[in-house]
Amino acid sequence: MTDSKYFTTTKKGEIFELKAELNSDKKEKKKEAVKKVIASMTVGKDVSALFADVVNCMQTDNLELKKLVYLYLMNYAKTQPDVAIISVNTFVRDCEDPNPLIRALAVRTMGCIRVDKITEYLCDPLRKCLKDEDPYVRKTAAVCVAKLHDINAKLVEDQGFLDALKDLLSDSNPMVVANAVAAISEILETSDTAQTSLEMNSNTINKLLTALNECTEWGQVFILDSISNYNPKDDKEAQSICERVTPRLAHANAAVVLSAVKVIMKYMEILDINSETVTILVKKLSPPLVTLLSAEPEIQYVALRNINLIVQKRPDILKTEMKVFFVKYNDPIYVKLEKLDIMIRLTNQGNIAQVLAELKEYAAEVDVDFVRKSVRAIGRCAIKVEQAAERCVGTLLDLIQTKVNYVVQEAIVVIKDIFRKYPNKYESIIATLCENLDTLDEPEARASMIWIIGEYAERIDNADELLESFLEGFQDENTQVQLQLLTAIVKLFLKRPTDTQELVQQVLSLATQDSDNPDLRDRGYIYWRLLSTDPAAAKEVVLAEKPLISEETDLIEPTLLDELICHIASLASVYHKPPSAFVEGRGTMRRSLPRNQSGEAPLSDTGATNAPAPVQQPTVIPGVDSLIGDLLDMDLGGPTPYQQQQMMNQMPPSAPAAQPQGAIDLLGEGLDNLLGGGGGGLDSLGGLSDIFGSVSQSSFYTPPQEVWLPAAKGKGLEVTGTFARRNKQIFMELTFTNKAMQPMMGFAIQFNKNSFGLLPASPLQIQSPLPPNQSASVSLPLNTQGQVQKMDPLATVQVAVKNNIGVFYYSCQVPMHVLFIEEGEMDKKDFLASWKEIPAQNEVQKTIDGVQHNADTVSQKLRNNNVFTIAKRNVEGQDMLYQSLCLTNGIRVLAELKIQPGMSTFTLSLKSGVQDICLPIHQAFDNILHN
Amino acid sequence: MIGGLFIYNHKGEVLISRVFRDDIGRNAVDAFRVNVIHARQQVRSPVTNIARTSFFHIKRSNIWVAAVTRQNVNAAMVFEFLHKMCEVMAAYFGKISEENIKNNFVLIYEILDEILDFGYPQNTDTGILKTFITQQGVKSQTKEETAQITSQVTGQIGWRREGIKYRRNEFFLDVLESVNLLMSPQGQVLSAHVAGRIVMKSYLSGMPECKFGINDKVLMESKGKSSLDDSARGGASGKTAIAIDDCQFHQCVKLSKFETEHSISFIPPDGEFELMRYRTTKDISLPFRVIPLVREVGRQKMEVKVVVKSNFKPSLLAQRVEVRIPTPLNTSGAQVICMKGRAKYKASENAIVWKIKRMAGMKECQLSAEIELLNTDKGKKWTRPPISMNFEVPFAPSGFKVRFLKVFEHKINYSDHDVIKWVRYIGRSGLYETRC
Repeated sequence: MTDSKYFTTTKKGEIFELKAELNSDKKEKKKEAVKKVIASMTVGKDVSALFADVVNCMQTDNLELKKLVYLYLMNYAKTQPDVAIISVNTFVRDCEDPNPLIRALAVRTMGCIRVDKITEYLCDPLRKCLKDEDPYVRKTAAVCVAKLHDINAKLVEDQGFLDALKDLLSDSNPMVVANAVAAISEILETSDTAQTSLEMNSNTINKLLTALNECTEWGQVFILDSISNYNPKDDKEAQSICERVTPRLAHANAAVVLSAVKVIMKYMEILDINSETVTILVKKLSPPLVTLLSAEPEIQYVALRNINLIVQKRPDILKTEMKVFFVKYNDPIYVKLEKLDIMIRLTNQGNIAQVLAELKEYAAEVDVDFVRKSVRAIGRCAIKVEQAAERCVGTLLDLIQTKVNYVVQEAIVVIKDIFRKYPNKYESIIATLCENLDTLDEPEARASMIWIIGEYAERIDNADELLESFLEGFQDENTQVQLQLLTAIVKLFLKRPTDTQELVQQVLSLATQDSDNPDLRDRGYIYWRLLSTDPAAAKEVVLAEKPLISEETDLIEPTLLDELICHIASLASVYHKPPSAFVEGRGTMRRSLPRNQSGEAPLSDTGATNAPAPVQQPTVIPGVDSLIGDLLDMDLGGPTPYQQQQMMNQMPPSAPAAQPQGAIDLLGEGLDNLLGGGGGGLDSLGGLSDIFGSVSQSSFYTPPQEVWLPAAKGKGLEVTGTFARRNKQIFMELTFTNKAMQPMMGFAIQFNKNSFGLLPASPLQIQSPLPPNQSASVSLPLNTQGQVQKMDPLATVQVAVKNNIGVFYYSCQVPMHVLFIEEGEMDKKDFLASWKEIPAQNEVQKTIDGVQHNADTVSQKLRNNNVFTIAKRNVEGQDMLYQSLCLTNGIRVLAELKIQPGMSTFTLSLKSGVQDICLPIHQAFDNILHN
Repeated sequence: MIGGLFIYNHKGEVLISRVFRDDIGRNAVDAFRVNVIHARQQVRSPVTNIARTSFFHIKRSNIWVAAVTRQNVNAAMVFEFLHKMCEVMAAYFGKISEENIKNNFVLIYEILDEILDFGYPQNTDTGILKTFITQQGVKSQTKEETAQITSQVTGQIGWRREGIKYRRNEFFLDVLESVNLLMSPQGQVLSAHVAGRIVMKSYLSGMPECKFGINDKVLMESKGKSSLDDSARGGASGKTAIAIDDCQFHQCVKLSKFETEHSISFIPPDGEFELMRYRTTKDISLPFRVIPLVREVGRQKMEVKVVVKSNFKPSLLAQRVEVRIPTPLNTSGAQVICMKGRAKYKASENAIVWKIKRMAGMKECQLSAEIELLNTDKGKKWTRPPISMNFEVPFAPSGFKVRFLKVFEHKINYSDHDVIKWVRYIGRSGLYETRC
C-alpha cells in the first residue's frame, strides 16, 4: 500500500467527505483521513475547516496518528486559537507519559503552537521536562525554551527559564549541552536583556569544549559557533582553546571544519603574530580547506567563498596550493567562477606561467561569463606581476585574434587597465585594437577604447577620424561612453589644437545643449570654461599625471573583511555582506575581531580601564574607482562630490576670463555663442560656484538638545540629544554626561522598532571610559533600514543605552523634518494630479501662529529643510504657497500654506495618503518657521 | 537556523513542505518556484536571496530539495544537512524520486520531525533512526527498550547500540581510491590527487574498541619513538610510508586522540560506514597515460590518434577501461579503428567511446579515428574538451597500505585473533583527463 494516492483526490465535496471519515469509529479510516488532510495541506490547500475534527483524533495511543495530528496542529493552531486550546490537556497529559518519546514529542510540538493562551499552560510542563530524567526529553526541552522565547521573550525571562537553560550547559549528556548552546545563542541574538544572565565565561567555555569531543556532528557545529562569539580574556586562553579546537579540522562534516576554522581565524588575532603557535595554526588550516574542495559542489561553493575571505586576511594560508583551484571541465559554473577569483589572489611570480596557461584554456570555454572573467583575470595577472605583463599582453592579443566578439571586448577593457599601469610601454598594439573598433557594442568596451584613443591621440594618426566616427551616434550612446568621448576629444584638442577645433566644438555643443544628463552637461561646461579661460590650466588638469592603479583589485574593505571573518561558514560569508544587509533584527549586531593586546597588561588585572580599547579604524584601502581618482579621465564609477569640490578648487577664480590667445580665441567666442546668452553663460557658472560655497552652511533647522535621560533615572548617566540632518543623512546628536562617581565605559546603543525603521548606521563610538563629571558628544549616523512598527505618537523612538552600570531606556520624539529627503520636489503637473487624487477627507487644516516672515523667507526657510515650494499664487492679496515633501519611507505629503500680508497667522493645509502623518508634520512646519 | 524545508518535483509542484519558523510564510514556497525552478535563466548559485529570504537548494535527479531561512545561518551546515537528509531518505526507501517521495510522505514528515527541531539538526544517523522510526506504529515498547532508544539518540556513542551479537566476528575493509588527473597534451601533469575512502563493514559483537594502523608518514614516525631524528626519517620506514595531505574521520573516531597520540581508535557502528577519507598529492602512481594526437585536416575532416599506456605490474589486471574522446558538435560521422576493445562514435554524446574490458599492466593500445565534419559557415569554434578515462584497478594508486586493525572487546570473550578480517584495495578513476 502506498501513500501517493492521498495526493490525487481533487473532488469538490472533499472536505465534507473527510469530515465524515475523521469522525468515523474505525481507527484505520481515521488515520487514512488524517493522511489525506496532511497531503492536501502539503500542496497548499486550505483544510483549516477541519480543525476541530482533526484535533479530536489527538487522543490516541497510536503514535503515528498522533504525530500526524500534531503536524496539522502546528500548521493551523494560529488560525483557530479558540479551538486549539482544547489540545492543551492532551499535551499536559502527554508530558507525564511514561514513554520518554511521547514526552519529548509533546514538548516539541507544544513549542511550535504559537497561540498566546496556550503558551501560558506550557510553562509548567516545560519546567518539568527541563529536569526530566531522560536526556532525550531534556534535549528537546532545551530547544523548546528557544521556541518559547521567540513567541514571548518576557515570559521566558520572568519564569526563570534562562537559568534553567544555563544549568543544562553542565548536563552530563553532550547532546543536551549542544541543544542548550544552540538555544542560548539564539536567545542572545534576539534579546539584550538576556545578555547578563547568559554571557559566556571561561568556565562555561570549558564545559563546552569538553562536550565538543562527544556530541553529534551538528552539536559540534552549535558549540563551535557559540565559542566563536566568545572573546577570550588573554592570549593564553585563546591559545588553549585553539589547541582544543584544531582536532575538529579532521572531521568529515564540512560545517564542523569551517566552524573550527572560524574559531581559529578569530582567535589568531589575539595571539602574537610571530609566535610559533600562529605559524603552526596557519600550517594546519591549509590542508582541511583544500579537502573541502572534494566535497559536494554546493559545499565546495561555500568553502570557496570562505577561502576567498581567508586568503585576503592571511595570504600565507594556501599560498602554495594554487593547483587545487584549477578549474575542472565538469565543475558547476558557480564553482568555476569562484575558483577563478581565488586563482587571481594566489598568483605570484613563481606560478604565473602555470596560471596563464590555465587562463588561456578557460578563455576558450563555452560559458560566456566564465570566459569573460578569465580574460579579465589575464589582465589582472599582468597588473599584479610586472614580469609577466608582456606575456599577458601577448596572450590577450592572441585572444583578440580569435575575433570572438565578447572575448575581444573584454580584452580591450583589461588592456586599458594595463595601459594605466604601464604607460608608454605597449602602444605598439594600438593598431591591432583599432581594427576591432566596429565590433565593439558594449559600453564599457567602447568607453575603454575611446579612452585609449584619447590617451594616445598624438600617436594615432587618424585619432580625429576615429573619434569623429563615434560622435555620429552620440545621442544614442551610454552615458559612460558619452563622458569618455567628451574627455577624449578634449584631450585630442589639447594635443593637436590646429585641426580639431571643429570636432571639439561639436562635442561640447552636444554635451551642453543636446543632453539631459547633468553630469555630461556639467563636464561639458567645465571643459568649455577651462579651455576658454586658461588653456595652460586646462592642459594641466585634463592631461594631468594619473595616479597608479593598485595591484590588488576587488579587495574587500578591511573592516568589512574583519567582520566577515567573524562570520565564516555563515550566509554572510557566502554573500560577502554583513548580516545587516540581508537579515532583520538584532542578529545583525556587528561583530569585530578581537585585538592583540600583547605588551599591554592583561585586562583582568587592571580592571576595566583599558577594556574597550578604542578600536583603531584601519585605513581604508580605496577601491579601484577612487584610486583611478582622476575625474577628468576615467569615469567608470562617476565622480564623487568630493572630487567635484576639488575640481572647483582647481579652477581659476571666477574673474572675467583673460583673453585667450591664438586658436583658443576662436573657440572662446564660439562657445559663448553656443550658450546663446553671451556673457550670461559666465554668470551662470559664477552662480554655480556660489552654490558650492553656500551648500555646506545651509541653515537646516536642528532643534536644541533636550534632556532625554535624566541622571536620576540613568544611575548617574545623563543623556541629552537632538536630531539633525546633514549630507542626506540623519544624525542623532548625543551628549553623554557622567554625573556618577565612577568612570563609565562600554557604551552601546540600540533602537526599538519604530515607525520609520530608524536604526543606528554604525556602532556608538564615544570616548570611553568617560570620567566622572565629564561629558562627551557624538553624532550617531542613522539609517532607515530597520524594522518598522507603528508607534504612538508616531514619531516616538524608544532607545536603550547600555554601559558598564546597566541598561537604560528612554524614548524621544523625532522631529519630522529630519526625515524629509532631498529628492522631495515634485513636478507641477504631478503635484496637481496628486492633490486631486487624494480625497478631501484626508486634508488636515491647521494654523501656525506668530510668524513674522514674508512668503519668500518662508519658502526659503522651508526649502532649507527639504520642503519644496512648487508654485506660488496670489489670490485676493493672500499668498498661497504650494509645497511638496517626501519622507524617507517614500510617503509624499502635499501642503498649501496661506499667508495674509500683515497677519502673523498662517493657515496650513496638509494632504497625504497617510493621514496620521499630518499632525507631526504640522508640528515640524511650526518648528521650522519659528526658528 | 533553518526556517523551512521544501521538496519539489521538476515541475515545481510541492511534494513536502515543512515550516519550522514563524518568519517563513507560505509565499516562500512560491518564491522559490518562481525565482529558481522556473527562472528564465538558470540559477547560477546554490544559494539564492529573494527579498531578504535565503534559499539553499540541492538537486537529486529531478527533485529539488530546498531549505529556507531569514537568518544568518551556518551555510555549510545547511548544505551538509540537506545532503545528509537525502542520505537518510535513500536509506529508508531507495532512490529519491517523485514517486518514492509521494509514497512515503508520512514517513518523511516523521523523519523531518525527528532530525530537525526548530530548524536545528538533531541526530541524523540512519542506523539509530531506524530503531524507532519504523512506520509500523510503535507497539507499546517496554520501558527498557525506550530507555535504550533515547540513550542512543542522545548518547555519547550515538552510532552503536548495546548488545549486538554475532556468531562469527568479522569485518571487511575496502580501501577505495579515486585518482584525479589533469594532464596537458604534452604529457605534463598539471594536477593530480588521490581522494581515498576507507569503507568498513563491521560485524562485531559487543562494544569493540578498534585500533587502526596505516602507512602514513606522520603516524609511523611518531610510533617509532626511538628514531625520531632527522637522519632516521629517510630510513626503513620512509620507504613504504606515504605522505597524506589531510584526512577526515567518521564521527566515531576519537579526534583528540588522533591529534595527541597519532593513533586512530574508535568503536565502529554496526554494519557499513565510511571510516576515513584522505587525500594525497605526492608520489601517485598513475595507472594510465593517454597520449592524444589531434590533427584538423581542412574544414571537413579531423584525424585523431589516441594511445593508452598502462603503467602498473604486468600481473595485475585493470577492468572496465573506458576512454571518451570528445568530437566537435558538427561531426557527421567517424571511422574508428582500434587494436583492442570496442570503439564507437556516439552522436548523442558527441564522443567516441572506446571500451576495453580488461587490460594488463605495462601494455599499450592505440585507436585512430577519422572524423568527418559538416560544413558550417560561421559555427562557433570548437573548444576541444579534454579526453577522459574511466577504469578500475586492484591496487591503491597512492601507495596506501593498511598495516593493522586490532579489535579489543573486554566484556565479551573474544580476542583480536578470533576476528576474521578482509582487506581489499580498489583504485578507480575520478576525473582523469588529458587535454588535447
